Amino acid sequence: MTQKLKPVDVVVVGVGFMGAILAKELATEGLSVVGLERGKQRWTVPEFHAPDIHDELKYSIRKGMMQDVTREAMTHRNSLTQEALPIRQWAAFLPGTDLGGSGVHWNGQTFRFTEADFVWRTRMHERYGKDFVGRSLTIQDWGVTYDELEPYFDKFERLLGTGGKAGNLNGKIQPGGNPFESWRSREYPNPPMKEQYGGVLFRKAATEMGYHPFVQPSSNMTRPYTNTEGLQLNACNYCGFCERYACEHFAKATPQTVILPVLLSNPHFELRTEAQVLRVNLDKNKKRATGVTYADATGREFEQPADLVIVTTYALNNARMMLLSGIGKPYDPKIGEGVIGRNYAYQTTGDVYVFYDESININPFMAAGASGTLIDDFNDDNFDHGPHGFIGGSYIMSALTNGRPIEFHPTPPGTPEWGKEWKAAVRRHYNHTAHMLLHGSSMPTRTNYLDLDPTYKDAWGQPLLRMTFELPDNDVKMTQFCMDRAVEIGRRMGGKTVAGYPRKPPFTTQKYQTTHNTGGVIMGSDPSTSALNRYLQSWDAHNVFVVGASAYPQNPGYNPTDTLGALAYWSADAIKKQYLKKPGPLVPA
Amino acid sequence: MKKDKEEQGSRRDFLRSAFAVGLTAATAVIPTDRLQAVPTKKQSTDKAAPFVFFRPDEVEFVSAAVDRFIPPDEEWPGAVDAGVVEYIDQQMAGKWGSAGYMYWHGPFKEGTPSQGYQLPFTPAELFRRAIAAINQYFSAQATAFPQLTADKQDEYLRMLLANGTTLNGVPSKVFADFLLQHTIEGFFADPIYGGNKDMVAWRMVGFPGPYADYYELIDQYGIKLDREPVSIGQGAHHGAS
Repeated sequence: MTQKLKPVDVVVVGVGFMGAILAKELATEGLSVVGLERGKQRWTVPEFHAPDIHDELKYSIRKGMMQDVTREAMTHRNSLTQEALPIRQWAAFLPGTDLGGSGVHWNGQTFRFTEADFVWRTRMHERYGKDFVGRSLTIQDWGVTYDELEPYFDKFERLLGTGGKAGNLNGKIQPGGNPFESWRSREYPNPPMKEQYGGVLFRKAATEMGYHPFVQPSSNMTRPYTNTEGLQLNACNYCGFCERYACEHFAKATPQTVILPVLLSNPHFELRTEAQVLRVNLDKNKKRATGVTYADATGREFEQPADLVIVTTYALNNARMMLLSGIGKPYDPKIGEGVIGRNYAYQTTGDVYVFYDESININPFMAAGASGTLIDDFNDDNFDHGPHGFIGGSYIMSALTNGRPIEFHPTPPGTPEWGKEWKAAVRRHYNHTAHMLLHGSSMPTRTNYLDLDPTYKDAWGQPLLRMTFELPDNDVKMTQFCMDRAVEIGRRMGGKTVAGYPRKPPFTTQKYQTTHNTGGVIMGSDPSTSALNRYLQSWDAHNVFVVGASAYPQNPGYNPTDTLGALAYWSADAIKKQYLKKPGPLVPA
Repeated sequence: MKKDKEEQGSRRDFLRSAFAVGLTAATAVIPTDRLQAVPTKKQSTDKAAPFVFFRPDEVEFVSAAVDRFIPPDEEWPGAVDAGVVEYIDQQMAGKWGSAGYMYWHGPFKEGTPSQGYQLPFTPAELFRRAIAAINQYFSAQATAFPQLTADKQDEYLRMLLANGTTLNGVPSKVFADFLLQHTIEGFFADPIYGGNKDMVAWRMVGFPGPYADYYELIDQYGIKLDREPVSIGQGAHHGAS
């Protein structure tokens, strides 16, 4: 028996970074907002207490902060003809749960996508031609431009307290920053992070080779900062427990440190935790949402009526929520039609290790989640792809986010995997190895997509999400090209041995790559090829907005969160300034 | 990372062959209805720990095997002295061993290496089944794994890792990979979990432990940090440095 609750103006499904932003913006307008979070409450004090929070086994190995896979897993297959099986433990990507979502365990790497990224299809066709891109890649424009989003990037970075050095101020290239970035209207709110030793060695080599190294933009604080919500953060102390962990120092921009306290003090907002939303409910014509149905911790079901439904449950879960709710036509890879599940993409990563002699102490444990020195020369459309036969690219970054030894104990190629020699090599190289990360784009294809699994169910009896994904040939070529460049830099860095590990098919769910899943509920200008319009509003149900990297038509070679924050504020602004005045489609279908 | 690189081809082959092999009668699948302690020469009474999960014959095998994975040397203890067997025992006895961290709904079907673990055995069941098969195998030859020479032990472990046999329905590589993974975890995890006694693994590589504030040190490039590590369990007595 489902209990029907008192209607509210807005229900926000998932209280992570984006849910908190939308809820705060709309509650400030005086709307009654309910936030439904499937997980529990958790705060810097007492939950993120040190030293317990620095428990590598609990958090890195057993995935203590991640979506409870015993209740909600997903399935994967590499091709349409294969049978998908459950991912029984998270490994390749790590969706978070509980209050704050993945925004608690992120690293704080804060990149803007570029002007080219938002008009990717147009740009690629104009510069290289349709034949060059080929028909297998289903790249699309976003329906929104960088210039439109710039003020919202700025707003999000000031919420986060991002530290960095501008490379392009209003069109003028700045020394010390990234010369390839798109224009920004003003400097970062905070200065860049300190560089690691590996970063200094990388910077020297990259400079000598004519590249353009810069310090990674970071939302780990580089000095004490009071953000635009009036919340105070502390300077990061480079403890080396950032990704997969919560920060006990109030030094990482997370929902808990930058917005949730303000949201929860708003009398128009109500947070309900342990509220598992099962579906968005639609009216008879399926043109409008009437609210959501959720189960509480004991399994009792409630219907929460609302005029506006904001879905912010992480990219993968957003796609699943739309499928479970029947909003938008599910994508069919056989005919290339339908919108929900379309253009699922990922991130093409790779690793390079530079092994030094014992006089070079790298000190890998002195690290922040977003410390790093990188070049953007081979990323995005920052170089001529004409001779290379692929689109997209990677940044190449010297970065060690940690020296946690279960995860980090590099050995040179040829070392046995165990035994006396292995032990000696681990001891010999632990403190004398630099690391480079390749962080590359992921292009959508017709057969990489998301739908509901026909067999496996979650703890509430609902179908799991099924992912069909293989590395596209384009991306395999791209990452090998960037790997070759990275290994060249590694050799220049003066190591005794340089080992590169480019990503190759088959895609495996068993090795960590990154939690940058994108697409599935993409934005665009054409309702037949996108699920959302340029304001993240559903084409099919105008009072449903879906905020997540699920909106990205393809994934560029930059970390996704900054662009997502900009889109969240952009969407919130459209709701406040346009939708509330005249509820209905903001773009004619 | 080396492992990741090499896994791609070899694991695929092994899984395919493993499951094929597991269904034929000709292989050395040894059913065990009961477990029998295997007498060994090893004297371990001086450091015998109370085991919650492992039975004595299992302790004998696991101890010998993990000490080949991480053997003692002149300077640093091996896995056994670091407490790895106690670590694995506790993991198997707890939530991890009972698949409490895994999606555990069927149907359980054979998958590809890219799809990960799909056997219908919890980690604890997997260990029990596989070790029973190994101990039976040696018992039938009137010997035991710990009684082999170090070279012969290594040879046998290499065979398991190469998926040379099936252990009571468990492809030997799945078990051996599991055992190696747990050995490394136990060696390097915080001592609160029973391994890494006296933080020997951290001392060996120079990891200072979970207490950390490197704001003043990170840009003193190449500095040699020479200090005692601090573990989570010591927390009440140390401020963050």
